[in-house]
Amino acid sequence: MSNITDQTLSEIIRNIKSKKLSSLEVTNAFIERSEKSKKLNVFITENFTSAIDQAKKFDETPNYELKLPGIPIAVKDLFCTNGVKTTAGSKILKNFIPTYESTVTQNIWNQGGILLGKLNCDEFAMGSSNETSFFGNVQNPIGENLVPGGSSGGSSSAVAANLTPVTIGTDTGGSIRQPASFTGTVGLKPTYGSCSRYGIVAFASSLDQAGPMSKNVKDAAILLEVISSFDKKDSTSINFKRNKYFEELTNNIKGKKIGIPKEYRVEGMPDEIENLWNKGIEYIKECGAEVIDISLPHTNYALPTYYIVAPAEASSNLARYDGVKYGFRSPGKNLIDMYEKTRSEGFGEEVKRRIMIGTYVLSSGYYDAYYLKAQKIRQLIKKDFDEVYNKVDAILTPSTPSSAFKIGEKTDDPVSMYLNDIFTVPVNLAGLPGISIPAGLDKNGFPLGLQIIGKPFDEQNILNIAYSMEEKINFKNKISDWWI
Amino acid sequence: MTIDLKTVKHISKLARISVDEEKANKLANDLNSIFEFIEKLNELKTDNVEPLTSIAETKLRFREDQIKSENIREKILKNSPDENKDFFVVPKVVE
Repeated sequence: MSNITDQTLSEIIRNIKSKKLSSLEVTNAFIERSEKSKKLNVFITENFTSAIDQAKKFDETPNYELKLPGIPIAVKDLFCTNGVKTTAGSKILKNFIPTYESTVTQNIWNQGGILLGKLNCDEFAMGSSNETSFFGNVQNPIGENLVPGGSSGGSSSAVAANLTPVTIGTDTGGSIRQPASFTGTVGLKPTYGSCSRYGIVAFASSLDQAGPMSKNVKDAAILLEVISSFDKKDSTSINFKRNKYFEELTNNIKGKKIGIPKEYRVEGMPDEIENLWNKGIEYIKECGAEVIDISLPHTNYALPTYYIVAPAEASSNLARYDGVKYGFRSPGKNLIDMYEKTRSEGFGEEVKRRIMIGTYVLSSGYYDAYYLKAQKIRQLIKKDFDEVYNKVDAILTPSTPSSAFKIGEKTDDPVSMYLNDIFTVPVNLAGLPGISIPAGLDKNGFPLGLQIIGKPFDEQNILNIAYSMEEKINFKNKISDWWI
Repeated sequence: MTIDLKTVKHISKLARISVDEEKANKLANDLNSIFEFIEKLNELKTDNVEPLTSIAETKLRFREDQIKSENIREKILKNSPDENKDFFVVPKVVE
């Protein structure tokens, strides 16, 4: 049997069910490797002692009917975990201990999962490189001083470095798919309304979705099946018939129609990405699917629209951090002074920048020109997708316009950082499901991803397409354990 | 359109985030480059477009108004930045 931490989730589950491995052996293996991997800085909070206790408990009375029998899992530190510190990567929440559990993490524990720890992320999930975290940069296991993507950078790094079998991230504009692409892993953002937002620290409520991150498509399907549920506690949770994503996973995509949007051939995109995309198209044809050229005419407007809608919602959501009931407080000479100092010292630069953008576009006299305008264009972007989905079943694009970049390379220029999300943002604006799968390496040996975008609630279809492409691509990540 | 220092200070007041002179200058620069990028939206005519306010076409659900006490008062107060067992404490607001 191969090294425990090298195994995929489905292999570990099989080995636990056949009693070749105990939950404790698996849990210890991931803890031992994590202890040797501090340099990556993926954990904000370790939950190792408690995880060992729970693993022992599982082994005493194992229930192999569960979907995640005794599986240790680390999660992004944006999910509230009852009694375990939840920081959202921010100084303002550095000591916050929730008194409730997010629905998606509860779903994982209900199926036998064990909390291994809380993973680093950009502050309030605002960032594309994990460089805005109060708890420091995360290293990409692909290479030293390389960003792991963001905002779910601790999550992507932890999966790629084999520190957790799978994880969950959140995706507001690409925060699952972009880091997955940067680390050679799989990341899926479900349809808006599939996974409950209850107990997730809110960034932009009309865009936020939780989703699985994993080493392969099969594992993503297993985890999606666990976390996707209708939840009364989230007013935007949607009650639809969910597939048994893992059981129904098939590599038969014969006759499926896949759209290739011409607007995603953006200026200045490296040839390597263009070539990878073309290769992806060939693979899809080999799988028996039909490739159709399509147009999504408002693609170019998605990013500016996002940078109105998301900050506007964020400025409103983050109004709650005032230093009164929880979190960091900076003393002031009166109440207002306390608010202003608390927020000035408690939030990092990027978060403050976005709160300011949001406050401005919602302020009197500017609302119509910016916020209302953006909502209208969001409608046009959604209609683009509605229209092409009359002709195609899914869409294939690159996941990102570049591979992972160096730490510090883009921190001085917010707009160049925002451009990272150019291919992922339209999917959030339209509320669609999207998955990024590793598809090749660039000349430096850094992974590149392809994205498959689906119809609303059609996660099964994009999983199937990803699954059949994965077989053809046969991707191998080059990770040397340089940090150990 | 440009965002000047005065506007930055006005927004920071609205957002309840204090900024010093140096930070205000940097913010003005950043916001200007971001809004320059956002101005692209003005290319599109949107007079007859309905704004998209919610992607999930769901009606808000009603529920019974029930008391669900979990007796977590102590745990909640433990998160309070000011040490006090009974209340949240803020600076004096009434003279």
